[in-house]
Amino acid sequence: MFNIVHAEFLAPGIKRFLIQAPRIARKQKPGQFVIVRIYEEGERVPLTIENSDPQKGTISIVVQSLGKTTSLLNSLGTGDHILDVVGPLGKPSEIKKFGTVVVMGGGVGTAMTYPTAAALKQAGNRIISIVGARNKELVILENEMRAVSDVLMITTDDGSYADKGFVTDKLRQLIQNGVPIDLVLAVGPIPMMRAVADMTRGERIRTLVSLNPIMIDGTGMCGGCRVLVDGKSQFACVDGPEFDAHQVNFDVLVQRNGAYRSQERQSMAEYRRELESQLKSTEAEGNGVCVVKGSTL
Amino acid sequence: MTAPPKPSLNPVPVKERMKMPRQQMPEQAAELRAANFTEVNLGYSEELARQEALRCIECAKPACTKDCPVGVKVYEFVQLIVAGDFAGAAAKIREDNVLPAITGRVCPQEDHCEGGCLMGKKVKPLGIGYLERFVADYEQRMGVRNLPNVPPSGKKVAVVGSGPSGLTVAGDLVQKGHKVRVFEALHELGGVLVYGIPEFRLPKQIIREQLDYMRDMGVEFETDVVVGRTVAIDELLEEEGYDAVFIGTGAGLPVFMNIPGEHLNGVYSANEFLTRINLMKAYKFPAYDEPMLDLHGKDVAVIGGGNTALDAIRSALRLGARKAYVLYRRSETEMPARAEEVKHAREEGIEFHMLTSPVEFLPDGVGWLGAVRCVRMELGEPDASGRRRPVPVAGSEFEIPLSVAVIAIGTSANPIVQSTTPGLGTDKRGYIQADPETQRTSRKGVFAGGDIVTGSATVILAMGAGRRAAKSIQEYLTTGEW
Ligand SMILES: Cc1cc2nc3c(=O)[nH]c(=O)nc-3n(C[C@H](O)[C@H](O)[C@H](O)COP(=O)(O)OP(=O)(O)OC[C@H]3O[C@@H](n4cnc5c(N)ncnc54)[C@H](O)[C@@H]3O)c2cc1C
Ligand SMILES: Cc1cc2nc3c(=O)[nH]c(=O)nc-3n(C[C@H](O)[C@H](O)[C@H](O)COP(=O)(O)OP(=O)(O)OC[C@H]3O[C@@H](n4cnc5c(N)ncnc54)[C@H](O)[C@@H]3O)c2cc1C
Ligand code: SF4
Ligand code: SF4
Ligand code: FES
Repeated sequence: MFNIVHAEFLAPGIKRFLIQAPRIARKQKPGQFVIVRIYEEGERVPLTIENSDPQKGTISIVVQSLGKTTSLLNSLGTGDHILDVVGPLGKPSEIKKFGTVVVMGGGVGTAMTYPTAAALKQAGNRIISIVGARNKELVILENEMRAVSDVLMITTDDGSYADKGFVTDKLRQLIQNGVPIDLVLAVGPIPMMRAVADMTRGERIRTLVSLNPIMIDGTGMCGGCRVLVDGKSQFACVDGPEFDAHQVNFDVLVQRNGAYRSQERQSMAEYRRELESQLKSTEAEGNGVCVVKGSTL
Repeated sequence: MTAPPKPSLNPVPVKERMKMPRQQMPEQAAELRAANFTEVNLGYSEELARQEALRCIECAKPACTKDCPVGVKVYEFVQLIVAGDFAGAAAKIREDNVLPAITGRVCPQEDHCEGGCLMGKKVKPLGIGYLERFVADYEQRMGVRNLPNVPPSGKKVAVVGSGPSGLTVAGDLVQKGHKVRVFEALHELGGVLVYGIPEFRLPKQIIREQLDYMRDMGVEFETDVVVGRTVAIDELLEEEGYDAVFIGTGAGLPVFMNIPGEHLNGVYSANEFLTRINLMKAYKFPAYDEPMLDLHGKDVAVIGGGNTALDAIRSALRLGARKAYVLYRRSETEMPARAEEVKHAREEGIEFHMLTSPVEFLPDGVGWLGAVRCVRMELGEPDASGRRRPVPVAGSEFEIPLSVAVIAIGTSANPIVQSTTPGLGTDKRGYIQADPETQRTSRKGVFAGGDIVTGSATVILAMGAGRRAAKSIQEYLTTGEW
């Protein structure tokens, strides 16, 4: 059982959790993740460790509600428990002085790039961060990213905040303006990572992406997380999650991530129904407290 | 090895015993069980057990015990069954085997105790596995506990991995008064016993009961710890004060075939397929959240001929598969699976295609598996394993339409512990090197055993290694000598 010390929404549907996990806090390095199982019937989902405090024995994760598991997780709050948290998993990001590094975060991907950006800054790199979100409300970690960046650029798809457009527009500008770039790190939705890879390939700019295949154990045991990189099978949980963007077969990733789409929809629909019926019954009782299955376990 | 007690407790004259038939294990009818996950074998009744026990001829040099990797005193526990002292029989087994309810179910007895049993030379061997299972289940049903009563030694031992090798080390050493803590990477304890072997062959409840027994003996467990990542071996020794470490991390990595189409949806490693079903209970989706492809009415094949392959395909059948094939590149005599499993699988309607090897997985046009292209094999000269090497027959390629394929051609060493423990010797395939007698590794105070040393083997061989390791850990802890 892992105690949630603190939980707060950063944006609608995006929540940050501070979790008591002393062993993990001591060992975490940027780029690594945990696998979380919320309750007995739950699945195991991977989540990047945003930060850790070895002294206090805590780690933080930032979670975006997508399907049932992340929605359920985001219904938990301070004082609740998570049944299993295991990690730190995956290869840590390579941290050294590259020169100028462009760090690109799309949506919740921003939280996933944050620890690596901070470590790269500390290692003496010039950090140009490009943070993208659908709209103003969904821009997260602005202050945190600013603190570790030499330059911070923000884009929103609808222009409701900062510059209208996509993170790739900013990258294109940097390239066109002849800004020397030694490394690009891009983390976000697959289409965004693919677009970045396509843009930097011709420019021969070394580019890393953090892949998000479906995982189970996270220790190399199941092979479910295999991705095709440079024509070879790699296990994202032990060989990654960061890979050379120019070698990644994104088509295979998209196809494999869609394997359980209908089951995922079914889970989410049933979860919604359950929530609604609970809401109705609590309304009827008039006590206004909503206890979600799993949240008290 | 002590000779059997004289006079015998068995009233039946030896000659008559040879004429008694081997008692059949009652089992669920094949048509029924092919559609459920309930255990296939139902277990002996007290009457059947006694009947079977009476057949033992009490050999002067009992090969049954000699051929059991942990040396269970078969003739002694069998005599206790004859005498009706089932609790005594359980205690007798436990002197050598801390997981009798499990070994009684999954040991390849034909290669060990029953393979050695003298009766087998003339008639059928004694049903030793069935009797062991009966006694262990009796013990559980009656809540019998044989708890250690020893003063604490003041020593601490860490066990990495909760598979049969680790559990054996833990069970043996806690009985010597040491403080033993087992670290497990997954959220459930038991290793392959929980994530690999399905419910219909080894109910998870049995494992839970055996684990409760170990907790009662004083063993501590910590799940969600990937040693090498969450904590290093050196940190266990230097910072957490453990006096010795046993590594029993198993042969966890799935081997793929490296043929085209392996990335198609519908192509699974056996580990993933079985983990989804057993560990994550995807067969109960949506009551459990982990999804599973819907196999109803689909054609499924497993590639391989071991226990893993049969467990996977029999699970697929239970999940509604229309056709369920085993594709194996050698012939049936070379199949490494337990004899009983092959028999059960066949009764359930699994189709076996021998001398068949896949060369390509073909897409259905929308990113899913649609068929497998295979080549026929013939047996050539014996290879390094002594088995005749299968060679492809030119021009024999053919296709089988398929929605799901499960690859069960073997596993390799998980490198996490090795790569994070400086100075730990490994062989060229990455398995940990350990002395076959003492299970000592190249690192002082660090022992290893089970599949991570030998490559994938069996539950009882892993337990045998655990036994030897426990013995030499005990020696090391008392003498301090390396
Ligand atoms: C290494 C890694 C780090 C990640 N870090 C974060 C993070 O910091 N914050 C965050 O919000 N999300 C992160 N993710 C993604 C997160 O794991 C998925 O969003 C989550 O598993 C979806 O679960 P669900 O039940 O809510 O949704 P589902 O209904 O299961 O699926 C919704 C979508 O998520 C994908 N998905 C489903 N199961 C998994 C799985 N086990 N692993 C990965 N993707 C899956 C599906 O393809 C689908 O597109 C990370 C993924 C990986 C692999
Ligand atoms: C599907 C299947 C069916 C089988 N059927 C039979 C059968 O019928 N009869 C038989 O005798 N044998 C059978 N076997 C083989 C048998 O299960 C194995 O030989 C045996 O379990 C090996 O035991 P072990 O203790 O070495 O390791 P395992 O059982 O593999 O256990 C290793 C444990 O260590 C954990 N671990 C790994 N790395 C770490 C780490 N870094 N930190 C912490 N924990 C870690 C793993 O999660 C696992 O729980 C079968 C195997 C499979 C896969
Ligand atoms: S442990 Fe296995 S090999 Fe040994 S006696 Fe029992 S069933 Fe036979
Ligand atoms: S070898 Fe067979 S008959 Fe002889 S003692 Fe052992 S179990 Fe009994
Ligand atoms: S998640 Fe199982 S091997 Fe990577």
